[in-house]
Amino acid sequence: MQWEIVIGLEVHAQLSTSSKIFSGASTAFGAEPNTQADAVSIALPGVLPVLNKGAVERAIKFGLAVGAHIAPHSVFARKNYFYPDLPKGYQISQFDLPVVGQGALTIQVEPLSGNAKPYEKVVRITRAHLEEDAGKSLHGDFHGMTGIDLNRAGTPLLEIVSEPDMCSAAEAVAYAKALHSLVRWIGICDGNMQEGSFRCDVNVSVRKTGAPLGTRREIKNLNSFKFMQQAIDYEVQWQIGTLENGGKIQQATILFNPDTGTTHAMRSKEDAHDYRYFPDPDLLPLDITPAMLEQVRATLPELPQARRERYTSEYALSAYDANSLTASREMADFFEAVLAEMSPSPQSSPASGRGGERENQSSTSAKMCANWLIGEVSAQLNRDGLEMTQCPITPQQLGGMLQRIADSTISNAGAKDVFRAMWSEGGDADAIIEAKGLKQVSDSGAIEALVDEIIAANADKVTEYRSGKDKLFGFFVGLAMKASKGKANPAQLNEILKRKLSG
Amino acid sequence: MLNSSLQQLGSALRAKKISSVELTQLYLDRIAALNPALNAYITTHAETSLAQARAADARLSGGTAQALTGIPIAQKDIFCAKGWRTTCGSKMLENFVAPYDAHVIGQFNSAGAVNLGKTNMDEFAMGSSNETSYFGAVKNPWDQNAVPGGSSGGSACAVAARLCAAATGTDTGGSIRQPAALCGISGLKPTYGTVSRYGMIAFASSLDQAGPMARSAEDLALLLNTMAGFDERDSTSLQRDKEDYARDLSKPLTGLRIGLPKEFFAEGLSSDVGKAVETAIAEYKKLGASIVEISLPNSKLSVPVYYVLAPAEASSNLSRFDGVRYGYRAPDYTDLADMYEKSRAQGFGAEVKRRIMIGTYVLSHGYYDAYYLQAQKIRRLIAQDFTDAFKQCDIIIGPTSPSTAFKLGEKGDDPVQMYLSDIYTIAVNLAGLPGMSIPCGFGAANMPVGLQIIGNYFAEAHMLNAAHQYQLATDWHVRTPNGI
Repeated sequence: MQWEIVIGLEVHAQLSTSSKIFSGASTAFGAEPNTQADAVSIALPGVLPVLNKGAVERAIKFGLAVGAHIAPHSVFARKNYFYPDLPKGYQISQFDLPVVGQGALTIQVEPLSGNAKPYEKVVRITRAHLEEDAGKSLHGDFHGMTGIDLNRAGTPLLEIVSEPDMCSAAEAVAYAKALHSLVRWIGICDGNMQEGSFRCDVNVSVRKTGAPLGTRREIKNLNSFKFMQQAIDYEVQWQIGTLENGGKIQQATILFNPDTGTTHAMRSKEDAHDYRYFPDPDLLPLDITPAMLEQVRATLPELPQARRERYTSEYALSAYDANSLTASREMADFFEAVLAEMSPSPQSSPASGRGGERENQSSTSAKMCANWLIGEVSAQLNRDGLEMTQCPITPQQLGGMLQRIADSTISNAGAKDVFRAMWSEGGDADAIIEAKGLKQVSDSGAIEALVDEIIAANADKVTEYRSGKDKLFGFFVGLAMKASKGKANPAQLNEILKRKLSG
Repeated sequence: MLNSSLQQLGSALRAKKISSVELTQLYLDRIAALNPALNAYITTHAETSLAQARAADARLSGGTAQALTGIPIAQKDIFCAKGWRTTCGSKMLENFVAPYDAHVIGQFNSAGAVNLGKTNMDEFAMGSSNETSYFGAVKNPWDQNAVPGGSSGGSACAVAARLCAAATGTDTGGSIRQPAALCGISGLKPTYGTVSRYGMIAFASSLDQAGPMARSAEDLALLLNTMAGFDERDSTSLQRDKEDYARDLSKPLTGLRIGLPKEFFAEGLSSDVGKAVETAIAEYKKLGASIVEISLPNSKLSVPVYYVLAPAEASSNLSRFDGVRYGYRAPDYTDLADMYEKSRAQGFGAEVKRRIMIGTYVLSHGYYDAYYLQAQKIRRLIAQDFTDAFKQCDIIIGPTSPSTAFKLGEKGDDPVQMYLSDIYTIAVNLAGLPGMSIPCGFGAANMPVGLQIIGNYFAEAHMLNAAHQYQLATDWHVRTPNGI
């Protein structure tokens, strides 16, 4: 019988407020230890928490983006446990009344096995709640002692809990990526995984098809998609192996070691804490009015899913292209800015440009634009280790260049030269084309004259061609291109050559 | 000077009949003479107090003085005061010097009042006799073998013994009113949320409320004017317009409807206290008030409900005292768990540990619904009782404490007997209502009896009016202990 994999995720997204969730201390990353630990962060006697409205707005924004119910009344609770980097001896979190209720996220899954096709899936979100982060224990810095850095203590987090809807590492990674993209898209989290702004806990269990859910083990604190996939793959194999050898799975919290590629138990259920949750009497219940909800809704940008649909329906782009372009909001915005540059007439804007030739035109531009962004631009960004926002070429520059391809001023090959020059030296397409002499010869008289000369100088080959040696066509193209110094419009040249050679 | 009202003191200061430095020195000298026996103060710092007095004198000369400028006030050692050792009556914080001012301290500082010192209290405000203080018991100035009440026993003693012009206290289940009653002074616990809890070391956050302790209702009004007000640093602080709590003091009491809860006059009330309270009621009738009998049927549950909820919150509030960042840390330990265990075992006293244990228990998985949740439900019923009662009356009157001050050590072995000492005061905290205690006579062995006045939400000015009119007609509040 087949084994079935069941995966659910708990993601901690650090909310992008400049101050902490319950105090005015800064949340900036990388400061000297304890320089951002104010009285509340240290939990001095007598201090009290005051809720940061910015954190609440971001939580609401997320809830709206996943179509979730936003609780009009939610409650902060204390989760009690002792740890040196938890200064109050409890974490302020939300327990039975979270701010964000059930929602859903549509994900695009690219299966890892070669032949399977990409597909779409809806992952249900159980809830999302606000809480504060703990500080950091520094075990290696002081001999025989542990250092405590409370800069991070009190940083606002949104814990996003999914249903166990994923049944492969590919789906789990696709969900995590979609979530990662979404929180950045709506501007509530910087998504920096190296700095811990987006951390994933993955619950994994296996079962025989149709059997009840198996016992799960929770892989804690995965901070890269690659590790997530490796960790799940290893864990699934370990669980199946254990069960097939007659063993039992014990509920446990486990860690993934990227160096060995293996998982190991951190604590078992037996030493699970009794957190003694109870409503925090220092904070009032969080009441969200319809007005506040509408206020936040008004700040919500068009979401990736909506844009994907628009790109496929309006620009006739493939699902793959639409996905790639909406991988980040920066990419999608860049795409649209380039497109706007290529179709300057207001009638051809997406909102009014419907049907007929205009739509064909705009979908041709869109396709060209998509190819360049997903191809050259992304590759070059990768090579230089840059983010989309750091792209040295502006949408205006790129649009100007694509316009010159569309109107046959330059060839695709010429465009690559223009692009490279633009990337390293700047400048607009027309100036580069001029300076580098990349303008195509589209003057049919000039091309005809050139072709005539070649036919005259290669009479023997012409005879061979005419007697059926079609392969020689490429030879003539090569000669003509060389004679034009590569500037002849290829389509035009082909057409003229064909006509003249056929006699 | 020692028996002047705050109003009179303020006038004398502004008229330069006395300087703040002289007044402060007068109290410092009294403290030096009497405190070794009474133990009302844990910390005094003459230099700091006198520096504040000098600044106040400058302000008095500059014409920018306010009502309390230059007046020496004793602060309960539960309020963080910048640069002052702030112990909360515990070994845990024996050497803790607060790096910031509590809201209450800040308010007094900006009013130009002088901080005379930090008063003794039950450890973390857990106690009704001041015997749980790590710094030793406070003596009742009326009988040095008797307790002053608690937890604000040091403040009550200091006011009664004229070791300060007035003092602050905090009240979680009666900690202002009960010691005020036992020491023969006046004390007010305002409506929950009236005085910011910022910088006040938390015992049970949903019940804790700071308030003034003084020799008269008139003084209380003046002090409350300084202490009250919205503070954005406390999320439970109420956003209301600033009010003058003295505005109704002189109104006649004609037509005042006083409710007497029958449950407060039943079994458990000692006859001497009952008699003094009856006499006070008769006095109110003379002043034009009418009497209605009311019932608070759920008030009998207030002690058990309180001893679930307050320890639950305390068990969590006191988790920060772990020996990691500040406070007491055991000198020897083997590992992290051992450090926690030893630091807390050695740093906390028996009553605090008892309440942490109770609180931890009632919040534990499997017990939460039966204890904590059930107690919260009853808490709402208790509050509802008062809401119903206030449809029939304007204020509620009764005894503050079932007996006068008991002897030191008398209830030490029996926590439940000790807890019952707050049986009339606790329900007020559970409901979040304002309550006060004023002296209304003397019981057996000539020990003071307190009269409790309970008002509806935000009825402080009204209650102070009722108290002040009574104090105009009686002289219990100006009586002084022998030898003081």
